[in-house]
Amino acid sequence: MRTAGERSAGGQIAGAATRASASGGRAFDPLAVREDFPILRQKVYGKPLVYLDNAATTHKPRVVIEAIERFYENDNSNIHRGLHALSERATAAFEAARDTVRRTLNAADLREIVFTRGTTEAINLVAQSFARPRLRPGDEIVISTLEHHSNIVPWQMVCEATGARLRVIPIGEAGELDMKAYEALLGPRTRLVAIVHVSNALGTINPVERVIEAAHARGIPVLLDGAQAVAHMKVDVRALDCDFYAFSGHKVYGPTGIGVLYGKVEHLEAMPPYQGGGDMIASVTFEKTTWNRLPYKFEAGTPHIAGGIGLAAALDYLDRLGLEGRAAHEQDLLVRATAALRAIPRVRIIGTAPAKASVLSFVIDGIHPHDIGTILDRDGIAIRAGHHCTQPLMDRFGVPATARASFALYNTRDEVDALAKGVARVIEVFS
Amino acid sequence: MSELGDLYQEVILDHNKRPRNFRALPGADHRAVGHNPLCGDRMTIYLKLDGDVVTEVTFEGSGCAISKASASMMTESIKGKTRAQVEALFKKFHGLVTGEPPASGADLGKLVVFSGVSEFPVRVKCATLAWHTLRAALEERTEAVSTE
Ligand SMILES: Cc1ncc(COP(=O)(O)O)c(C=O)c1O
Repeated sequence: MRTAGERSAGGQIAGAATRASASGGRAFDPLAVREDFPILRQKVYGKPLVYLDNAATTHKPRVVIEAIERFYENDNSNIHRGLHALSERATAAFEAARDTVRRTLNAADLREIVFTRGTTEAINLVAQSFARPRLRPGDEIVISTLEHHSNIVPWQMVCEATGARLRVIPIGEAGELDMKAYEALLGPRTRLVAIVHVSNALGTINPVERVIEAAHARGIPVLLDGAQAVAHMKVDVRALDCDFYAFSGHKVYGPTGIGVLYGKVEHLEAMPPYQGGGDMIASVTFEKTTWNRLPYKFEAGTPHIAGGIGLAAALDYLDRLGLEGRAAHEQDLLVRATAALRAIPRVRIIGTAPAKASVLSFVIDGIHPHDIGTILDRDGIAIRAGHHCTQPLMDRFGVPATARASFALYNTRDEVDALAKGVARVIEVFS
Repeated sequence: MSELGDLYQEVILDHNKRPRNFRALPGADHRAVGHNPLCGDRMTIYLKLDGDVVTEVTFEGSGCAISKASASMMTESIKGKTRAQVEALFKKFHGLVTGEPPASGADLGKLVVFSGVSEFPVRVKCATLAWHTLRAALEERTEAVSTE
């Protein structure tokens, strides 16, 4: 069934995505892609915006902005409850969005796709509804040194509540997982492995296939934090055989406030609800309430309907652009930026694993990342300076913070060169 | 560039490179740890008081150029001052870096080099971390203070 949202989205698209598919997969053209992102046209402090903070959040192509606008202008209504035309259209569009997510992750079943507010909420859901009821004192959860705080704190909270212990996989100097240490950590008390797919601070792509294989060999389920992965690579939850997969809409060119938890249906069936409220129930009496079927059991209250629709528009956009061209382009930017910054004396790159997404963390000897960030900002160059919500990882490298440039499909080689020039100027200011 | 030049004035860069009174103070009778959770920076301020007068003040920690230079210059400017004078100076300094109209009273002296901070609102916390920590030390609060 085609919905109103889909139909209008399909009918009105203009931009690089359709041009690319119309031309039958012509070489990826970042300049054409830039035209699809209205926000990139602006100047800041009189300089063209060079946005290199894509690991924090990505910008939205026009098709996403328009899909949201169209929903509010035409179909806005609550879902799963109205009998009227608008509610039917809104429900159909939201459920179509769920199917787009399912296809993107290659999940088998729509019941396995739960909409959340983002990665953080998805992980908390698993922590509270899956882990917490199963954990006994002395049980263990395995995470890694690379984790974002949102894949640390929820586990600390359930450990605190249950007497379970957190075990942490160490990493090597390049920012790569110590797989030997990982396997040694897996033991009879390990109840769950929760690990980042792609590190937001260093860009390391973890060997998640091997991580999962080793855990499954011992019957241990695995959650992957995919917040930084979905924008850069094909994620196939069936090929991976992961038990849970979490990601955020806003890091894949979609809206904020919407994200996804994929969970194997047998896990989700066995788990109690995370929050109680409307939509997640089958029937309520003051004596007994029964839960709704999946995935609605985990979607209490009115969801971010427009967000789901916008996320689907973003995933469709990426799909039309094709993965190969944009992935090669992002790697090209990473290689160029790495070489350019390496060539600058006093710059040290943190995170040099062989397999990396387009994230480049660096420090400059004697110059604090905040000062780097401020000076680049006045050049129109937006980077992130700080601990990137990975304080234990910063401690591992003995730095309070790093500067981080992270590249998206709309960035260009010229922007990489602007970054390198900007960094050289930072050093000049402080010389 | 001129705004950047206002922020990173020579004096500030110099104090960043060669911070004054940058050490622990054995026998300090007041001490506090300041923390800027935004950037993870930490700073410890050590004080010795003679009655109401600051006789010695030092600091330790990691931070950006603005926070380090601010701490360094603060230690120089409060030595020999009474609590009331320190408080007055803080108020004046705070006004300076947040771009509020100048209050009368305390003389900022060399601290006026921080006037450029007012053009960079996100950096105000860097400039004031040392001062907030100093106040905590004076109040003999021993728990960590935070800029948040
Ligand atoms: C690796 C990783 N995990 C989790 C998160 C949290 O995502 P969100 O804030 O969208 O919930 C982020 C976002 O910064 C991230 O980069």
